[in-house]
Amino acid sequence: MAGASSSSGVKAALSLIAKRFASSLLTLFLVSLVVFTIAQLLPGDAAQEALGQSATAEQVQALRHEMGLDRPAHERYASWLSGMVSGDPGQSLVANLPVSEVISSRLPNSLLLAALSALVAVPVALAIGIGSAMNRGGKLDRALNISTLSMVAVPEFLVATLAVLIFSVKLRWLPSIALVADDMSWGDYLRGAAMPILCLSIVVIAQMARMTRAAVIDQMDRPYVEMAVLKGVAPVRMVLRHIMPNAVAPIVNAMALSLSYLLGGAIIVETIFNYPGLASLMVNAVTSRDMPLLQACAMIFCAAYLILMLIADVTAILANPRLRAQ
Amino acid sequence: MTASSLRWAKALPLSAKIGLAFVLFWLTVAVVGPMLAPYPVGAFVAYDVFDGVSAQHWLGSDYLGRDVLSRLLSGARYTVGLAAAAALLASATGTALALTAAVGGPKVDEPLSRFMDTLISIPSKILSLVLVAAFGSSLPLLLLIAAVTYVPGNYRIARALAVNLAQMDYVQVARARGEGRIHLALREILPNMIHPLLADFGLRFVFIVLLLSGLSFLGLGVQPPDADLGSLVRENISGLGEGALAILMPAVAIATLTVGVNLLIDGLKGKRA
Repeated sequence: MAGASSSSGVKAALSLIAKRFASSLLTLFLVSLVVFTIAQLLPGDAAQEALGQSATAEQVQALRHEMGLDRPAHERYASWLSGMVSGDPGQSLVANLPVSEVISSRLPNSLLLAALSALVAVPVALAIGIGSAMNRGGKLDRALNISTLSMVAVPEFLVATLAVLIFSVKLRWLPSIALVADDMSWGDYLRGAAMPILCLSIVVIAQMARMTRAAVIDQMDRPYVEMAVLKGVAPVRMVLRHIMPNAVAPIVNAMALSLSYLLGGAIIVETIFNYPGLASLMVNAVTSRDMPLLQACAMIFCAAYLILMLIADVTAILANPRLRAQ
Repeated sequence: MTASSLRWAKALPLSAKIGLAFVLFWLTVAVVGPMLAPYPVGAFVAYDVFDGVSAQHWLGSDYLGRDVLSRLLSGARYTVGLAAAAALLASATGTALALTAAVGGPKVDEPLSRFMDTLISIPSKILSLVLVAAFGSSLPLLLLIAAVTYVPGNYRIARALAVNLAQMDYVQVARARGEGRIHLALREILPNMIHPLLADFGLRFVFIVLLLSGLSFLGLGVQPPDADLGSLVRENISGLGEGALAILMPAVAIATLTVGVNLLIDGLKGKRA
């Protein structure tokens, strides 16, 4: 469908995408400002926190100097930001290791978990979304609507505890703790990570199926579909040949938007199953008030969120027929 | 009043009626529940931990031998009360800022909207985790943190509504009549966006219940000796292996509360469309 695009349309789309990209970068910069500011509002400071109550004023002063806390805020922000950009976001206070090292041991695990959950969630959500759209107003549609609506409102930890109760306690199929090591075979990894993947997918599927249904129904209300119905096109052919090509972009848009639910869900799910990922690392950083680590984790999550939003918007731009017609 | 609200409730679709029943039930529990509790909240009253249903303890006992029903009734008050207060604060702040943006012209609107767009780009759980790490989690702070986290979402919706309404003829007429900005915002624009804002309030309430119970479940929310429904799930997690009521009931309580609100809002939307 994009084959007929003229060069001026491509140019307009490219400039829109470039603008959208620049705006994402600006937002990410502003987000870093917000995250840094909140972290600076911490009552007491990191040096006092690290040394405890018994430290003398001189010791605290010395550590403050060593950590650079006696410099003005804007200087510290600049050096933190340039550190983040160049891949060195400082020293983790608790682990006493560079933050980059702590994160790089966890990030691949989280990415793998997210990718596998998406792999499970996307086909199921597509099937549910398209199925209920085709059955619009029917019994199946209403049943699916109520169940996805309820799933959206159920806390992640309820899904996770129920899954443990069913699959670990009653059926004894899967371990209730995700044991993941570097030298594991794929089979062992999948068995260990099956529960987190299952829970994360369930959380995302409900959201994704609802948005997919909305996207397909939006297409079904268009005149060209009515025309095809009047021509006597069979329902399945109708969806596959007529609606899907036009609904691909809105659906990709819906997928990207709902995948952002993975980020929030991961925080609970990784913690419950003790999965060694970035989200459980971040929760630990909150409990131990390890601000450098926390700031870096928060920035990674925000960047991931912004990338998903960017993908969603870019597909919307590419799908806009007015741009292609120019 | 009661007759008309009864008629209103009867006209709702079945799913919304179920939702309404759940919502009313939990509101009642939050208000009068602790008074009905058979035992003091923190008292150790059972000999066995993770007991099943019995005549003395309708919902069994928890991991320390406390009465689950009493703790549930008190936990519901924390969850519903905190979330309702935070949702109210978030909606009021977001809407007030949105009205300011709508009548204040681009000089107010643009920086405010840019700032809100920035906040909305921080996933809510991440933002609240950073805030909890920085400020801690006493009850008033949790209320503020939950409110701050959900102001931008309400602002975005309220601003879209308010900016549209500000273009309407009757608002332009009022402006030409020489009415002040506060009159425009409160008398002309606000009354016409109340309905969608109420639906949004319900959604914010659900989000905040999920956020706060999630935080409590992680041990970062309501701190002992206080306990909301999320804390109850957390503290009884060791009973999961036996499928104890102490962990199932609070989890089911949260689910019925949030699903109830969602069903009700969905039903209302369908009715108006």
